[in-house]
Amino acid sequence: MDAMTPAPRPDPYAPRGVWRLLESAAAWWLAILWILPLAYAVWAAFHPPEFTTRFSLLAPLTLENFERAWAAAPFARYFLNTFVLVTMILACQLVLGTLAAYAFARYEFFGRDVAFALVLAQLMIMPDVLIVENYRTMGKLGILDSIPAIALPYIASAFGIFLLRQTFKTVPKELDDAARVEGASALQILLKVYVPLAKPIYVAYGLVSVSYHWNNFLWPLIVTNSVEARPLTVGLQVFSSSDQGIDWAVICAATLMTSGPLLVGFLLFQRQFVQSFMRAGIR
Amino acid sequence: MDARLVISPQPLLRRVMTHPRLTATIHGWLLLLPAMALLALFTHWPAVATFIDSFYSTPRPRRPSRFVGLDNYQQILADPVFWQSLWNNLLFALGTIPVSIALALLMAVWVNDRIVGRTAVRMAYFTPTVLPMIAVANIWLFFYTPQYGLLEQITALFGAEPRNWLGSKDTALFAVTLVAIWKEAGFFMIFYLAALQSISPSLAEAAALEGASRWTFFRRVQFPLLMPTTLFVLVNAVINAFRMVDHIVVMTRGGPDNATSLLLFYIYQVGFNFWDTTYAAALTTVLLVLLALVALLQYGWLERRIHYR
Repeated sequence: MDAMTPAPRPDPYAPRGVWRLLESAAAWWLAILWILPLAYAVWAAFHPPEFTTRFSLLAPLTLENFERAWAAAPFARYFLNTFVLVTMILACQLVLGTLAAYAFARYEFFGRDVAFALVLAQLMIMPDVLIVENYRTMGKLGILDSIPAIALPYIASAFGIFLLRQTFKTVPKELDDAARVEGASALQILLKVYVPLAKPIYVAYGLVSVSYHWNNFLWPLIVTNSVEARPLTVGLQVFSSSDQGIDWAVICAATLMTSGPLLVGFLLFQRQFVQSFMRAGIR
Repeated sequence: MDARLVISPQPLLRRVMTHPRLTATIHGWLLLLPAMALLALFTHWPAVATFIDSFYSTPRPRRPSRFVGLDNYQQILADPVFWQSLWNNLLFALGTIPVSIALALLMAVWVNDRIVGRTAVRMAYFTPTVLPMIAVANIWLFFYTPQYGLLEQITALFGAEPRNWLGSKDTALFAVTLVAIWKEAGFFMIFYLAALQSISPSLAEAAALEGASRWTFFRRVQFPLLMPTTLFVLVNAVINAFRMVDHIVVMTRGGPDNATSLLLFYIYQVGFNFWDTTYAAALTTVLLVLLALVALLQYGWLERRIHYR
Protein backbone atom coordinates (compact mmCIF):
# COMPACT_ATOMS: atom_id res chain seq x y z
CA MET A 1 0.00 0.00 0.00
CA ASP A 2 1.12 3.55 -0.69
CA ALA A 3 2.66 4.89 2.48
CA MET A 4 1.70 8.44 1.62
CA THR A 5 -2.04 7.92 1.75
CA PRO A 6 -3.16 6.80 5.19
CA ALA A 7 -5.81 4.13 5.21
CA PRO A 8 -9.16 5.36 6.53
CA ARG A 9 -8.85 4.83 10.26
CA PRO A 10 -11.59 2.67 11.66
CA ASP A 11 -13.41 4.21 14.60
CA PRO A 12 -13.13 1.69 17.44
CA TYR A 13 -16.32 3.05 18.93
CA ALA A 14 -18.43 2.85 15.79
CA PRO A 15 -21.50 0.75 16.55
CA ARG A 16 -21.46 -2.70 14.98
CA GLY A 17 -24.00 -5.39 14.15
CA VAL A 18 -27.10 -5.33 16.30
CA TRP A 19 -25.99 -2.11 18.01
CA ARG A 20 -25.75 -0.35 14.68
CA LEU A 21 -29.27 -1.47 13.79
CA LEU A 22 -30.64 -0.43 17.18
CA GLU A 23 -28.98 2.96 17.00
CA SER A 24 -30.24 3.45 13.45
CA ALA A 25 -33.74 2.51 14.48
CA ALA A 26 -33.70 5.00 17.36
CA ALA A 27 -32.30 7.75 15.13
CA TRP A 28 -34.93 7.04 12.50
CA TRP A 29 -37.71 7.03 15.06
CA LEU A 30 -36.70 10.50 16.20
CA ALA A 31 -36.28 11.66 12.61
CA ILE A 32 -39.82 10.60 11.75
CA LEU A 33 -41.13 12.31 14.85
CA TRP A 34 -39.23 15.45 13.80
CA ILE A 35 -40.54 15.50 10.27
CA LEU A 36 -44.09 14.55 11.23
CA PRO A 37 -45.58 18.06 11.61
CA LEU A 38 -44.18 19.04 8.23
CA ALA A 39 -45.37 15.84 6.59
CA TYR A 40 -48.79 16.48 8.06
CA ALA A 41 -48.86 19.97 6.52
CA VAL A 42 -47.81 18.56 3.16
CA TRP A 43 -50.61 16.01 3.36
CA ALA A 44 -53.22 18.64 4.17
CA ALA A 45 -51.98 21.05 1.52
CA PHE A 46 -52.03 18.57 -1.35
CA HIS A 47 -55.38 16.92 -0.66
CA PRO A 48 -58.97 18.24 -0.82
CA PRO A 49 -60.24 19.72 2.46
CA GLU A 50 -62.40 16.69 3.25
CA PHE A 51 -59.21 14.62 3.59
CA THR A 52 -57.41 17.15 5.78
CA THR A 53 -57.89 15.05 8.88
CA ARG A 54 -58.78 11.75 7.26
CA PHE A 55 -55.94 9.61 6.04
CA SER A 56 -56.66 7.44 3.09
CA LEU A 57 -54.40 6.06 0.40
CA LEU A 58 -57.14 6.79 -2.11
CA ALA A 59 -57.28 10.52 -1.40
CA PRO A 60 -56.87 12.40 -4.68
CA LEU A 61 -53.99 14.83 -5.05
CA THR A 62 -54.85 18.43 -5.81
CA LEU A 63 -53.26 21.85 -6.17
CA GLU A 64 -56.54 23.62 -5.54
CA ASN A 65 -55.56 24.68 -2.01
CA PHE A 66 -52.55 26.51 -3.38
CA GLU A 67 -54.68 28.21 -6.02
CA ARG A 68 -57.19 29.37 -3.45
CA ALA A 69 -54.50 30.65 -1.10
CA TRP A 70 -52.75 32.47 -3.93
CA ALA A 71 -56.03 34.10 -5.01
CA ALA A 72 -57.09 35.05 -1.48
CA ALA A 73 -54.12 37.27 -0.58
CA PRO A 74 -51.52 39.30 -2.51
CA PHE A 75 -48.81 36.67 -2.06
CA ALA A 76 -47.01 37.74 -5.24
CA ARG A 77 -46.46 41.16 -3.69
CA TYR A 78 -45.37 39.59 -0.38
CA PHE A 79 -42.84 37.44 -2.20
CA LEU A 80 -41.50 40.51 -3.97
CA ASN A 81 -41.27 42.43 -0.67
CA THR A 82 -39.43 39.61 1.08
CA PHE A 83 -37.09 39.23 -1.87
CA VAL A 84 -36.29 42.96 -1.88
CA LEU A 85 -35.91 42.92 1.91
CA VAL A 86 -33.46 40.03 2.18
CA THR A 87 -31.44 41.29 -0.80
CA MET A 88 -31.23 44.80 0.65
CA ILE A 89 -30.21 43.56 4.08
CA LEU A 90 -27.62 41.11 2.80
CA ALA A 91 -26.03 43.55 0.34
CA CYS A 92 -25.69 46.28 2.97
CA GLN A 93 -24.53 43.84 5.65
CA LEU A 94 -21.79 42.51 3.38
CA VAL A 95 -20.47 45.95 2.41
CA LEU A 96 -20.57 47.43 5.91
CA GLY A 97 -19.38 44.24 7.54
CA THR A 98 -16.44 43.86 5.16
CA LEU A 99 -15.23 47.44 5.72
CA ALA A 100 -15.56 47.23 9.49
CA ALA A 101 -14.02 43.76 9.71
CA TYR A 102 -11.04 44.90 7.64
CA ALA A 103 -10.48 47.83 10.00
CA PHE A 104 -10.63 45.54 13.05
CA ALA A 105 -8.44 42.85 11.54
CA ARG A 106 -5.67 44.90 9.95
CA TYR A 107 -5.49 48.38 11.46
CA GLU A 108 -3.84 49.27 14.74
CA PHE A 109 -5.71 52.39 15.67
CA PHE A 110 -6.78 54.53 18.56
CA GLY A 111 -9.99 53.31 20.16
CA ARG A 112 -10.11 49.99 18.33
CA ASP A 113 -10.79 47.80 21.34
CA VAL A 114 -13.53 50.08 22.62
CA ALA A 115 -15.11 50.14 19.18
CA PHE A 116 -14.97 46.35 18.98
CA ALA A 117 -16.60 46.00 22.39
CA LEU A 118 -19.33 48.39 21.24
CA VAL A 119 -19.92 46.20 18.19
CA LEU A 120 -20.07 43.01 20.24
CA ALA A 121 -22.61 44.62 22.57
CA GLN A 122 -25.16 44.04 19.82
CA LEU A 123 -24.90 40.29 20.39
CA MET A 124 -26.63 40.82 23.74
CA ILE A 125 -28.65 43.97 23.04
CA MET A 126 -30.38 42.68 19.94
CA PRO A 127 -32.56 44.78 17.65
CA ASP A 128 -35.32 42.23 18.33
CA VAL A 129 -35.58 43.52 21.89
CA LEU A 130 -35.39 47.25 21.16
CA ILE A 131 -38.69 47.31 19.30
CA VAL A 132 -40.27 50.23 21.17
CA GLU A 133 -37.43 52.71 20.66
CA ASN A 134 -36.66 51.63 17.12
CA TYR A 135 -40.30 52.09 16.20
CA ARG A 136 -40.08 55.64 17.48
CA THR A 137 -36.89 56.29 15.53
CA MET A 138 -38.54 55.05 12.34
CA GLY A 139 -41.46 57.37 13.05
CA LYS A 140 -39.11 60.33 13.43
CA LEU A 141 -37.33 59.39 10.21
CA GLY A 142 -40.75 59.27 8.55
CA ILE A 143 -40.21 55.83 7.07
CA LEU A 144 -42.71 53.73 9.02
CA ASP A 145 -44.42 51.08 6.93
CA SER A 146 -41.61 50.72 4.40
CA ILE A 147 -39.11 48.01 3.55
CA PRO A 148 -36.05 50.10 4.56
CA ALA A 149 -37.62 50.51 8.00
CA ILE A 150 -37.62 46.72 8.41
CA ALA A 151 -34.05 46.47 7.19
CA LEU A 152 -32.27 49.35 8.94
CA PRO A 153 -31.81 47.94 12.47
CA TYR A 154 -30.23 44.77 11.07
CA ILE A 155 -27.82 46.25 8.54
CA ALA A 156 -24.90 46.71 10.92
CA SER A 157 -24.53 43.14 12.15
CA ALA A 158 -22.18 42.37 15.02
CA PHE A 159 -22.28 38.71 14.07
CA GLY A 160 -21.23 39.46 10.48
CA ILE A 161 -18.46 41.84 11.50
CA PHE A 162 -17.12 39.35 14.04
CA LEU A 163 -17.22 36.45 11.59
CA LEU A 164 -15.44 38.37 8.82
CA ARG A 165 -12.87 39.81 11.22
CA GLN A 166 -11.92 36.31 12.37
CA THR A 167 -11.56 35.25 8.76
CA PHE A 168 -9.54 38.28 7.68
CA LYS A 169 -7.16 37.69 10.58
CA THR A 170 -6.21 34.32 9.12
CA VAL A 171 -5.07 35.92 5.85
CA PRO A 172 -1.23 35.90 5.83
CA LYS A 173 0.20 39.39 6.35
CA GLU A 174 2.76 38.68 3.59
CA LEU A 175 0.03 38.71 0.95
CA ASP A 176 -1.05 42.09 2.22
CA ASP A 177 2.51 43.44 2.19
CA ALA A 178 3.23 42.05 -1.26
CA ALA A 179 0.16 43.80 -2.68
CA ARG A 180 1.19 47.04 -0.96
CA VAL A 181 4.67 46.85 -2.51
CA GLU A 182 2.99 46.47 -5.90
CA GLY A 183 1.35 49.81 -5.20
CA ALA A 184 -2.18 48.65 -4.45
CA SER A 185 -4.30 50.91 -2.25
CA ALA A 186 -5.93 49.69 0.93
CA LEU A 187 -9.31 49.28 -0.74
CA GLN A 188 -7.77 47.44 -3.69
CA ILE A 189 -6.02 45.07 -1.31
CA LEU A 190 -9.29 44.45 0.48
CA LEU A 191 -11.12 43.69 -2.75
CA LYS A 192 -8.37 41.72 -4.49
CA VAL A 193 -6.80 39.81 -1.59
CA TYR A 194 -9.13 39.55 1.39
CA VAL A 195 -12.58 39.25 -0.14
CA PRO A 196 -11.70 36.40 -2.56
CA LEU A 197 -10.00 34.44 0.22
CA ALA A 198 -13.05 34.77 2.48
CA LYS A 199 -15.51 33.55 -0.15
CA PRO A 200 -16.72 30.45 1.75
CA ILE A 201 -17.43 32.62 4.78
CA TYR A 202 -19.39 35.04 2.64
CA VAL A 203 -21.51 32.16 1.32
CA ALA A 204 -22.01 30.83 4.83
CA TYR A 205 -22.94 34.19 6.24
CA GLY A 206 -25.21 34.89 3.27
CA LEU A 207 -27.21 31.71 3.79
CA VAL A 208 -27.57 32.35 7.51
CA SER A 209 -28.59 35.96 6.95
CA VAL A 210 -31.09 35.19 4.19
CA SER A 211 -32.80 32.46 6.16
CA TYR A 212 -32.90 34.62 9.30
CA HIS A 213 -34.48 37.59 7.57
CA TRP A 214 -36.78 35.52 5.38
CA ASN A 215 -38.14 34.10 8.62
CA ASN A 216 -38.08 37.22 10.79
CA PHE A 217 -41.52 38.20 12.02
CA LEU A 218 -42.03 40.40 15.10
CA TRP A 219 -40.24 43.56 13.95
CA PRO A 220 -41.77 43.51 10.43
CA LEU A 221 -45.17 42.91 12.03
CA ILE A 222 -44.75 46.01 14.17
CA VAL A 223 -43.29 48.33 11.60
CA THR A 224 -45.40 47.50 8.53
CA ASN A 225 -49.04 48.18 7.96
CA SER A 226 -49.74 47.79 4.26
CA VAL A 227 -49.54 45.25 1.48
CA GLU A 228 -46.79 47.29 -0.19
CA ALA A 229 -44.33 46.79 2.67
CA ARG A 230 -45.35 43.52 4.34
CA PRO A 231 -42.95 40.60 3.99
CA LEU A 232 -44.20 37.04 3.54
CA THR A 233 -44.18 36.10 7.21
CA VAL A 234 -46.43 39.00 8.18
CA GLY A 235 -48.59 38.46 5.11
CA LEU A 236 -49.04 34.82 6.08
CA GLN A 237 -50.05 35.78 9.60
CA VAL A 238 -52.57 38.38 8.38
CA PHE A 239 -53.92 35.84 5.91
CA SER A 240 -54.27 32.93 8.31
CA SER A 241 -55.61 34.91 11.26
CA SER A 242 -58.24 36.97 9.48
CA ASP A 243 -60.45 35.85 6.65
CA GLN A 244 -59.64 32.17 6.46
CA GLY A 245 -61.60 30.98 9.43
CA ILE A 246 -60.22 27.53 9.98
CA ASP A 247 -59.74 26.16 6.50
CA TRP A 248 -56.62 24.22 7.42
CA ALA A 249 -56.02 22.89 3.94
CA VAL A 250 -55.65 26.41 2.55
CA ILE A 251 -53.62 27.62 5.53
CA CYS A 252 -51.25 24.67 5.17
CA ALA A 253 -50.89 25.41 1.48
CA ALA A 254 -50.08 29.06 2.20
CA THR A 255 -47.66 28.02 4.92
CA LEU A 256 -45.77 25.68 2.61
CA MET A 257 -45.82 28.27 -0.14
CA THR A 258 -44.16 30.93 2.02
CA SER A 259 -41.45 28.61 3.25
CA GLY A 260 -41.21 26.90 -0.14
CA PRO A 261 -38.24 28.73 -1.68
CA LEU A 262 -36.13 28.28 1.44
CA LEU A 263 -37.17 24.65 1.79
CA VAL A 264 -36.43 23.83 -1.86
CA GLY A 265 -33.13 25.70 -1.62
CA PHE A 266 -32.30 23.74 1.50
CA LEU A 267 -33.14 20.37 -0.07
CA LEU A 268 -31.09 21.16 -3.19
CA PHE A 269 -28.06 22.59 -1.37
CA GLN A 270 -28.37 20.60 1.83
CA ARG A 271 -24.65 20.04 2.25
CA GLN A 272 -23.79 23.71 1.71
CA PHE A 273 -26.52 24.79 4.11
CA VAL A 274 -25.36 22.52 6.88
CA GLN A 275 -21.70 23.40 6.32
CA SER A 276 -22.54 27.10 6.22
CA PHE A 277 -24.32 26.97 9.54
CA MET A 278 -21.35 25.05 10.93
CA ARG A 279 -18.83 27.56 9.59
CA ALA A 280 -20.83 30.49 10.84
CA GLY A 281 -21.03 28.90 14.25
CA ILE A 282 -17.64 27.56 15.14
CA ARG A 283 -15.74 30.82 15.01
CA MET B 1 10.55 88.98 10.03
CA ASP B 2 12.86 86.12 10.83
CA ALA B 3 12.59 83.62 8.06
CA ARG B 4 13.21 80.72 10.40
CA LEU B 5 10.02 81.38 12.26
CA VAL B 6 7.91 80.98 9.19
CA ILE B 7 6.95 77.37 9.11
CA SER B 8 5.03 76.57 6.02
CA PRO B 9 1.89 74.72 7.10
CA GLN B 10 2.17 72.33 4.20
CA PRO B 11 5.07 70.09 5.40
CA LEU B 12 3.83 70.15 8.97
CA LEU B 13 0.41 69.03 7.89
CA ARG B 14 1.92 66.36 5.74
CA ARG B 15 4.14 65.21 8.58
CA VAL B 16 1.17 64.91 10.90
CA MET B 17 -1.00 63.30 8.26
CA THR B 18 1.54 60.68 7.34
CA HIS B 19 2.34 59.72 10.91
CA PRO B 20 1.64 55.98 10.69
CA ARG B 21 -0.41 55.69 13.85
CA LEU B 22 -2.54 58.69 12.91
CA THR B 23 -3.19 57.54 9.35
CA ALA B 24 -4.16 54.14 10.67
CA THR B 25 -6.57 55.77 13.09
CA ILE B 26 -8.12 57.91 10.37
CA HIS B 27 -8.38 55.02 7.91
CA GLY B 28 -9.63 52.65 10.58
CA TRP B 29 -12.40 54.97 11.72
CA LEU B 30 -13.37 55.81 8.15
CA LEU B 31 -13.80 52.11 7.44
CA LEU B 32 -15.79 51.67 10.63
CA LEU B 33 -17.91 54.76 10.22
CA PRO B 34 -20.92 53.39 8.30
CA ALA B 35 -21.31 50.33 10.52
CA MET B 36 -20.71 52.28 13.74
CA ALA B 37 -23.18 55.00 12.77
CA LEU B 38 -25.94 52.46 12.19
CA LEU B 39 -25.06 50.57 15.36
CA ALA B 40 -25.19 53.79 17.33
CA LEU B 41 -28.50 54.78 15.81
CA PHE B 42 -30.28 51.42 16.12
CA THR B 43 -28.56 49.64 19.01
CA HIS B 44 -26.64 51.92 21.37
CA TRP B 45 -28.90 54.94 21.33
CA PRO B 46 -32.16 52.95 21.62
CA ALA B 47 -30.72 51.08 24.59
CA VAL B 48 -29.85 54.35 26.35
CA ALA B 49 -33.13 55.98 25.28
CA THR B 50 -35.09 53.02 26.63
CA PHE B 51 -33.45 53.53 29.99
CA ILE B 52 -34.14 57.30 29.99
CA ASP B 53 -37.73 56.90 28.80
CA SER B 54 -38.48 54.46 31.56
CA PHE B 55 -38.38 57.40 34.03
CA TYR B 56 -41.04 59.35 32.16
CA SER B 57 -44.79 58.96 31.78
CA THR B 58 -46.35 58.05 28.46
CA PRO B 59 -47.57 61.15 26.63
CA ARG B 60 -51.36 61.22 26.24
CA PRO B 61 -53.44 63.70 24.21
CA ARG B 62 -54.08 66.01 27.16
CA ARG B 63 -51.11 65.13 29.34
CA PRO B 64 -47.62 65.58 27.94
CA SER B 65 -44.85 63.27 29.09
CA ARG B 66 -43.27 64.22 32.39
CA PHE B 67 -40.56 62.90 34.70
CA VAL B 68 -42.05 60.37 37.10
CA GLY B 69 -38.92 58.87 38.65
CA LEU B 70 -39.32 55.22 39.53
CA ASP B 71 -43.10 55.10 39.04
CA ASN B 72 -42.89 52.74 36.07
CA TYR B 73 -40.69 50.38 38.05
CA GLN B 74 -43.07 50.47 40.98
CA GLN B 75 -45.84 49.64 38.56
CA ILE B 76 -43.79 46.68 37.34
CA LEU B 77 -43.33 45.39 40.87
CA ALA B 78 -47.08 45.52 41.40
CA ASP B 79 -48.00 44.13 37.97
CA PRO B 80 -49.21 40.51 38.20
CA VAL B 81 -48.96 40.06 34.42
CA PHE B 82 -45.28 41.02 34.53
CA TRP B 83 -44.55 38.47 37.25
CA GLN B 84 -46.55 35.87 35.39
CA SER B 85 -44.64 36.61 32.16
CA LEU B 86 -41.30 36.46 33.96
CA TRP B 87 -42.23 33.17 35.61
CA ASN B 88 -43.50 31.78 32.29
CA ASN B 89 -40.27 32.89 30.63
CA LEU B 90 -38.18 31.13 33.27
CA LEU B 91 -40.22 27.95 32.87
CA PHE B 92 -39.95 28.29 29.10
CA ALA B 93 -36.17 28.70 29.39
CA LEU B 94 -35.84 25.78 31.81
CA GLY B 95 -37.98 23.65 29.49
CA THR B 96 -36.29 24.50 26.21
CA ILE B 97 -32.61 24.91 27.11
CA PRO B 98 -31.65 21.56 28.72
CA VAL B 99 -33.95 19.45 26.56
CA SER B 100 -32.97 20.99 23.25
CA ILE B 101 -29.26 20.85 24.11
CA ALA B 102 -29.47 17.22 25.24
CA LEU B 103 -31.45 16.28 22.14
CA ALA B 104 -29.00 18.18 19.94
CA LEU B 105 -26.09 16.26 21.45
CA LEU B 106 -27.88 12.94 21.00
CA MET B 107 -28.74 13.78 17.41
CA ALA B 108 -25.18 14.83 16.68
CA VAL B 109 -23.74 11.61 18.15
CA TRP B 110 -26.16 9.52 16.10
CA VAL B 111 -25.61 11.39 12.87
CA ASN B 112 -21.85 11.29 13.42
CA ASP B 113 -21.93 7.49 13.63
CA ARG B 114 -22.31 5.43 10.49
CA ILE B 115 -25.99 4.75 10.94
CA VAL B 116 -28.21 3.64 8.08
CA GLY B 117 -29.33 6.57 5.90
CA ARG B 118 -27.69 9.25 7.95
CA THR B 119 -28.02 12.02 5.34
CA ALA B 120 -31.80 11.67 5.40
CA VAL B 121 -31.86 11.55 9.19
CA ARG B 122 -29.66 14.64 9.45
CA MET B 123 -31.94 16.43 7.03
CA ALA B 124 -35.03 15.53 9.06
CA TYR B 125 -33.43 16.93 12.21
CA PHE B 126 -32.27 20.11 10.57
CA THR B 127 -35.35 20.99 8.48
CA PRO B 128 -37.31 22.79 11.26
CA THR B 129 -34.41 25.25 11.56
CA VAL B 130 -34.80 26.47 7.99
CA LEU B 131 -38.54 27.03 8.17
CA PRO B 132 -40.01 30.32 9.40
CA MET B 133 -41.17 30.05 13.02
CA ILE B 134 -44.41 31.72 12.04
CA ALA B 135 -45.06 29.05 9.40
CA VAL B 136 -44.27 26.10 11.64
CA ALA B 137 -46.34 27.66 14.40
CA ASN B 138 -49.30 27.52 12.03
CA ILE B 139 -48.61 23.86 11.40
CA TRP B 140 -48.36 23.13 15.12
CA LEU B 141 -51.52 25.11 15.75
CA PHE B 142 -53.25 22.71 13.40
CA PHE B 143 -51.49 19.79 15.05
CA TYR B 144 -52.86 20.82 18.47
CA THR B 145 -56.37 21.68 17.27
CA PRO B 146 -59.04 20.28 19.59
CA GLN B 147 -61.14 17.40 18.22
CA TYR B 148 -59.61 16.89 14.82
CA GLY B 149 -55.95 17.87 15.13
CA LEU B 150 -53.44 15.08 14.63
CA LEU B 151 -52.45 14.98 18.28
CA GLU B 152 -56.06 14.52 19.35
CA GLN B 153 -56.50 11.74 16.82
CA ILE B 154 -53.42 9.92 18.12
CA THR B 155 -54.35 10.28 21.79
CA ALA B 156 -57.91 9.24 20.97
CA LEU B 157 -56.52 5.96 19.60
CA PHE B 158 -55.21 5.25 23.07
CA GLY B 159 -58.52 6.19 24.58
CA ALA B 160 -57.29 9.41 26.19
CA GLU B 161 -59.69 12.17 27.18
CA PRO B 162 -59.98 14.89 24.53
CA ARG B 163 -58.24 18.05 25.64
CA ASN B 164 -57.62 21.52 24.33
CA TRP B 165 -53.81 21.65 24.47
CA LEU B 166 -53.47 25.36 23.73
CA GLY B 167 -56.73 26.43 25.34
CA SER B 168 -56.08 25.05 28.78
CA LYS B 169 -53.92 26.88 31.32
CA ASP B 170 -52.30 23.64 32.43
CA THR B 171 -50.95 22.55 29.08
CA ALA B 172 -50.57 25.70 26.95
CA LEU B 173 -47.08 26.67 28.13
CA PHE B 174 -45.91 23.09 27.77
CA ALA B 175 -47.33 22.97 24.25
CA VAL B 176 -45.48 26.10 23.08
CA THR B 177 -42.28 24.95 24.80
CA LEU B 178 -42.42 21.75 22.78
CA VAL B 179 -42.56 23.75 19.55
CA ALA B 180 -39.46 25.71 20.56
CA ILE B 181 -37.54 22.52 21.39
CA TRP B 182 -38.52 21.02 18.06
CA LYS B 183 -37.39 24.14 16.22
CA GLU B 184 -34.05 24.55 18.01
CA ALA B 185 -32.61 21.10 18.57
CA GLY B 186 -31.60 20.56 14.94
CA PHE B 187 -29.89 23.95 14.86
CA PHE B 188 -27.76 23.15 17.90
CA MET B 189 -27.03 19.67 16.53
CA ILE B 190 -25.04 21.27 13.71
CA PHE B 191 -22.56 22.84 16.12
CA TYR B 192 -22.09 19.61 18.06
CA LEU B 193 -21.65 17.72 14.81
CA ALA B 194 -18.94 20.13 13.68
CA ALA B 195 -17.19 19.79 17.03
CA LEU B 196 -17.42 15.99 17.09
CA GLN B 197 -15.89 15.80 13.63
CA SER B 198 -12.97 17.92 14.72
CA ILE B 199 -12.00 15.52 17.54
CA SER B 200 -8.89 13.61 16.50
CA PRO B 201 -9.54 9.90 15.79
CA SER B 202 -6.35 8.97 17.64
CA LEU B 203 -8.11 9.79 20.90
CA ALA B 204 -10.67 7.07 20.21
CA GLU B 205 -7.88 4.64 19.34
CA ALA B 206 -5.99 5.45 22.52
CA ALA B 207 -9.12 5.10 24.64
CA ALA B 208 -9.94 1.77 22.99
CA LEU B 209 -6.42 0.50 23.73
CA GLU B 210 -6.96 1.39 27.37
CA GLY B 211 -10.13 -0.65 27.25
CA ALA B 212 -12.53 2.23 27.92
CA SER B 213 -16.17 1.50 27.24
CA ARG B 214 -18.04 3.64 24.75
CA TRP B 215 -19.89 5.40 27.53
CA THR B 216 -16.63 6.14 29.37
CA PHE B 217 -15.11 7.45 26.16
CA PHE B 218 -18.08 9.74 25.67
CA ARG B 219 -18.16 10.92 29.27
CA ARG B 220 -14.43 11.32 29.80
CA VAL B 221 -13.20 12.36 26.35
CA GLN B 222 -15.87 13.54 23.95
CA PHE B 223 -18.09 15.42 26.37
CA PRO B 224 -15.28 17.47 27.98
CA LEU B 225 -13.88 18.32 24.56
CA LEU B 226 -17.34 19.53 23.55
CA MET B 227 -17.53 21.97 26.45
CA PRO B 228 -16.70 25.12 24.44
CA THR B 229 -19.44 24.12 21.98
CA THR B 230 -21.81 23.55 24.86
CA LEU B 231 -21.06 27.05 26.14
CA PHE B 232 -21.67 28.55 22.71
CA VAL B 233 -24.92 26.64 22.30
CA LEU B 234 -25.96 27.54 25.84
CA VAL B 235 -25.47 31.25 25.18
CA ASN B 236 -27.58 30.96 22.05
CA ALA B 237 -30.25 28.92 23.80
CA VAL B 238 -30.56 31.41 26.65
CA ILE B 239 -30.81 34.38 24.29
CA ASN B 240 -33.38 32.53 22.19
CA ALA B 241 -35.45 31.73 25.27
CA PHE B 242 -35.92 35.47 25.78
CA ARG B 243 -36.21 36.35 22.11
CA MET B 244 -38.50 33.71 20.61
CA VAL B 245 -42.05 35.00 20.66
CA ASP B 246 -43.22 34.51 17.06
CA HIS B 247 -44.97 31.28 17.94
CA ILE B 248 -46.74 32.95 20.87
CA VAL B 249 -48.16 35.60 18.56
CA VAL B 250 -49.48 32.93 16.21
CA MET B 251 -50.56 30.20 18.56
CA THR B 252 -51.90 31.73 21.77
CA ARG B 253 -51.40 35.52 21.85
CA GLY B 254 -50.22 35.03 25.39
CA GLY B 255 -53.40 33.30 26.48
CA PRO B 256 -55.27 31.63 27.95
CA ASP B 257 -55.30 34.15 30.78
CA ASN B 258 -51.60 35.07 30.24
CA ALA B 259 -50.54 31.45 30.73
CA THR B 260 -48.14 31.66 27.76
CA SER B 261 -47.17 35.33 27.93
CA LEU B 262 -43.37 35.68 27.72
CA LEU B 263 -41.46 38.86 28.60
CA LEU B 264 -40.83 40.07 25.06
CA PHE B 265 -44.40 39.26 24.12
CA TYR B 266 -45.65 41.29 27.06
CA ILE B 267 -43.40 44.19 25.99
CA TYR B 268 -44.91 43.93 22.52
CA GLN B 269 -48.42 43.95 23.96
CA VAL B 270 -47.80 46.91 26.26
CA GLY B 271 -45.96 48.86 23.58
CA PHE B 272 -48.10 48.17 20.55
CA ASN B 273 -51.52 47.07 21.76
CA PHE B 274 -51.89 49.32 24.81
CA TRP B 275 -49.46 51.97 23.45
CA ASP B 276 -48.02 52.57 26.90
CA THR B 277 -44.54 53.26 25.51
CA THR B 278 -42.69 54.33 28.65
CA TYR B 279 -43.99 51.38 30.63
CA ALA B 280 -42.82 49.19 27.76
CA ALA B 281 -39.45 50.97 28.00
CA ALA B 282 -39.21 50.09 31.69
CA LEU B 283 -40.06 46.47 30.88
CA THR B 284 -37.43 46.46 28.12
CA THR B 285 -34.87 47.77 30.61
CA VAL B 286 -35.66 44.83 32.90
CA LEU B 287 -35.20 42.42 30.00
CA LEU B 288 -31.90 44.05 29.00
CA VAL B 289 -30.64 43.81 32.57
CA LEU B 290 -31.60 40.12 32.62
CA LEU B 291 -29.70 39.52 29.37
CA ALA B 292 -26.68 41.42 30.71
CA LEU B 293 -26.70 39.30 33.88
CA VAL B 294 -26.79 36.17 31.75
CA ALA B 295 -23.83 37.45 29.73
CA LEU B 296 -21.83 38.23 32.86
CA LEU B 297 -22.58 34.85 34.34
CA GLN B 298 -21.67 33.00 31.19
CA TYR B 299 -18.48 34.82 30.33
CA GLY B 300 -17.27 35.41 33.84
CA TRP B 301 -18.04 32.21 35.61
CA LEU B 302 -18.82 29.43 33.15
CA GLU B 303 -15.98 30.15 30.78
CA ARG B 304 -13.40 30.00 33.55
CA ARG B 305 -14.72 26.66 34.76
CA ILE B 306 -14.63 25.22 31.30
CA HIS B 307 -11.05 26.16 30.53
CA TYR B 308 -9.37 25.26 33.76
CA ARG B 309 -11.01 22.05 34.75
